[in-house]
Amino acid sequence: MKPSKENIIARIGHRSINSIWEMGVTARFLLQILWRSGTSVRRFQLVIREIYASGVLSLIIIVVSGLFVGMVLGLQGYQTLQTYGSENSLGVLVALSLVRELGPVVAALLFASRAGSAITAEVGLMKTTEQLQAMEMMAVDPVARIIAPRFWGGVISMPLLAAIFSMVGVYGGYLVGVVVMGVDDGSFWSQMQSAVNWRDDVLNGVIKSVVFGFAITTIALFQGYDAMPTAEWISRATTRTVVNSSLAILALDFILTSFMFKGM
Amino acid sequence: MPTDNLIEIRDVSFGYRDRPVLKGINLTMQRGKVIAIMGGSGCGKTTLLRLIGGQLRPTQGEVRVDGKVIHRLGLTDLYRMRRKMGMLFQFGALFTDLSVFDNVAFQMREHTNLSAEMMHDLVLMKLQAVGLRGAQTLMPHELSGGMARRVALARAIALDPMLVMYDEPFTGLDPISLGVIGNLIRRLTDALGLTSILVTHDVEKSLQIVDYVYFISNGVVEAEGTPEQIRASTLPFVHQFVHAEEDGPVPFHYPAPDYASDLGLGLAK
Amino acid sequence: MERTTLDLWVGLFVVAGLAALFGLALKVSNMDSFAGASSYQVVASFDNIGSLKVQAPIKSAGVVVGRVSNIIFNNKTFEADVTLKLNSRYVFPKDSSAEVMTSGLLGEQYLALAPGGDSQNLVNGDKIKLTQSAMVLENLISQFLYNKASDSSKNSSGSGATATPGTNP
Repeated sequence: MKPSKENIIARIGHRSINSIWEMGVTARFLLQILWRSGTSVRRFQLVIREIYASGVLSLIIIVVSGLFVGMVLGLQGYQTLQTYGSENSLGVLVALSLVRELGPVVAALLFASRAGSAITAEVGLMKTTEQLQAMEMMAVDPVARIIAPRFWGGVISMPLLAAIFSMVGVYGGYLVGVVVMGVDDGSFWSQMQSAVNWRDDVLNGVIKSVVFGFAITTIALFQGYDAMPTAEWISRATTRTVVNSSLAILALDFILTSFMFKGM
Repeated sequence: MPTDNLIEIRDVSFGYRDRPVLKGINLTMQRGKVIAIMGGSGCGKTTLLRLIGGQLRPTQGEVRVDGKVIHRLGLTDLYRMRRKMGMLFQFGALFTDLSVFDNVAFQMREHTNLSAEMMHDLVLMKLQAVGLRGAQTLMPHELSGGMARRVALARAIALDPMLVMYDEPFTGLDPISLGVIGNLIRRLTDALGLTSILVTHDVEKSLQIVDYVYFISNGVVEAEGTPEQIRASTLPFVHQFVHAEEDGPVPFHYPAPDYASDLGLGLAK
Repeated sequence: MERTTLDLWVGLFVVAGLAALFGLALKVSNMDSFAGASSYQVVASFDNIGSLKVQAPIKSAGVVVGRVSNIIFNNKTFEADVTLKLNSRYVFPKDSSAEVMTSGLLGEQYLALAPGGDSQNLVNGDKIKLTQSAMVLENLISQFLYNKASDSSKNSSGSGATATPGTNP
C-alpha cells in the first residue's frame, strides 16, 4: 500500500490501481446498502432522524449561499447584459444558470462539506468506539440499522436542498436586478418563464441533484465505515470524503450535462 | 446430547493475513461458571471472543456454542444465536446518540414486540441491577468510565442471555469502580444462571471472582486451573504473570540482534 | 406514533423543499401554461425552418398558443415536418397558415399561426397546408441586391438618384 521511494511512475500506477479498487469496493458497498434498505422503509422514523441531521441542519448554509450566489449573478449579469441593452433578459440568465448548473452543483458541494463530512465522522467514531461491532453482536445488522437510514436521509435531502438553493438564488437575483438596479419587474419574470423549460431545465436539475445525493452519501458512508478505527484515520477519512465527493460531483455534472443538454 | 459444557473449542487456528494468532487451541467452558482468559497483550484473547461470537471464522477446527458449530450457522441462525449472547466491550461501546434508557432498551426494541410499559419496567429492572436506575435519562457522554461500563453490562444482560462475554472489563477503571464491576459480574452470573467469559489481564481482581482460568500464550493454552491452582503454580510463565515480573519467559526485550554488535562495538575486534 | 420537535423540523424542511420545487416549476419555468393542459397535435411541412427548435413557442396574434413538439426531415418530400402541439383551449380553422418568424432582428424563432376562414377546425393529426418558410438572411440580401441590379439596368436613364452603380457581388 505504502508508495515506496521508487520512481514516480510506479507511484502514480499504484495510486490509480488503488483508486480503481476503491471505486469497486464503494460500488459493492452501495449495492449492499440498497439490498438492506428494508429496515429504513419499515421504520421510516430512522430516516426522518437522518433527514434532520443532513437536511435541516444544512439549511442555513444552503439558504445563505443561495442568496449570495443569486445576488452575484444578478449583479454580474446586469453589468454584462446592460452593454447589449438586453438587461430585460436578466431573469433568464439568473434562472437558467441556477436551475441547470449552480443550484445542483453548489448545493451538492456545500452538502458534501457540511453533511457528508459529518456522516463520515459520525460513522467513523461509531466504528472506533466499537458501537458497530456491539450492534453486530446484538444480532442487529449495522448496515441496515445505521448506514441505510443515513443513506436515504441524504438522498432525500439533497434534491430538496438544491431546489431551495435555486429558488432562493432566483430571488437573490431579483433583489439585485429588479429592486436595486431597476430592471423591469414584469419582463424579469416573463422572459424567465418563456425561456426556462419545466422538463429540460428544472427536472434535469432535480435529476442531477438526486444523482449527486447518491454519490455524496455513498462516499461519506463508505469512508466512515471503511476507516481504520483510530482518531487519525477518521480525520483523514473526513478530508477524503470532501475531496472525493467534490471530484465526483464535478465529474458527474459534466457527464450528466453532456447527456441532458446535448441538443441545446 | 446436552453436555455441561456451553462452549467447546477444538483445535482452533486463526490468523490475520499471514500472522498466526491461534495455533490449534483447545478450551471447554462449563455452564454457570465465570471463566477468565488471560495472557499478554496481543496473544489472541479478544480474537477468541470474536470467534465465539461468530464475527470471525476459524481457519481450522471448530467452535461449538450450546452444541452448535458457530461458523457453520447461516446468517439467520447466527443472529438467533447472538440474541442469546451478551457482550461487554472494552469501553462499553454505548450508542452515543441514545440515552442510557434507550441503550438498554435497544435490543428489546429491535428484537421483541414488548409493550412500552413492559419494556420500561424491564429496563428499570436491569438498570437497578447495576445500580444506575437514577441515571436512565443521562446521555453516554455524561457518564464516567465505570458508570458507562455498568450501563453496558445492563445492556448486555437485557435479553437474559445464556452467555456474557467481557472484553477487558477492568481497563482504565479506578479501584472502586473496578471492585464494583468485578462483583457485579460474579453476582449477575450466579443470580441469572449465566455463563461468563472474562478476557482480562488484571490478574489480582479476576482471581478473586472467577471459577476457572486459562492462560494463553503463543496461540495455545499455556496453563489452566482454578484460582488456587494458578496461584500455587510454579510454571515460569504463570509465575511471571501473576507476580508481574518484568523479565521471564515473556522477554522484556523485543527480539533484536546482539546489543554490542548493534552499537558497532563488534567491529572493533 | 409519538411526535417530536424533530419531526416538526423535518416536516418544515420537506414542505420548504417541495415549495421550492413548485416555485421552480410554476414561477421560474413555464410549466403552468402547458403541463397537464390537454393538447392536440398537427403537422406542418416547411421548405426551410431556419433555426426553429423543438419547444419553440407557437403564437397567434402574439399570444402563445402552443409549442413545437417535434421536428424531423422528411426524406420523401425533402421538407421539414414540424409537429405543433397546440393547447386544446384554442381552435383554428382548417385552412390556417403557419409561418416561421423571428422575434426582433436577431431574436429566437417562433411559429406564427394565421387563422383562415374555413368553418371546420383543425383536429388532432391534421396537416396545415399553407406554410411559409423562414426568412434566410443570405437569400434576403441576395434577392434585394438582384432586384436592385435589374432595376437599375432597366431604367438607367430614369431617376439616377436611386440607382446604385456597380452592383455585382
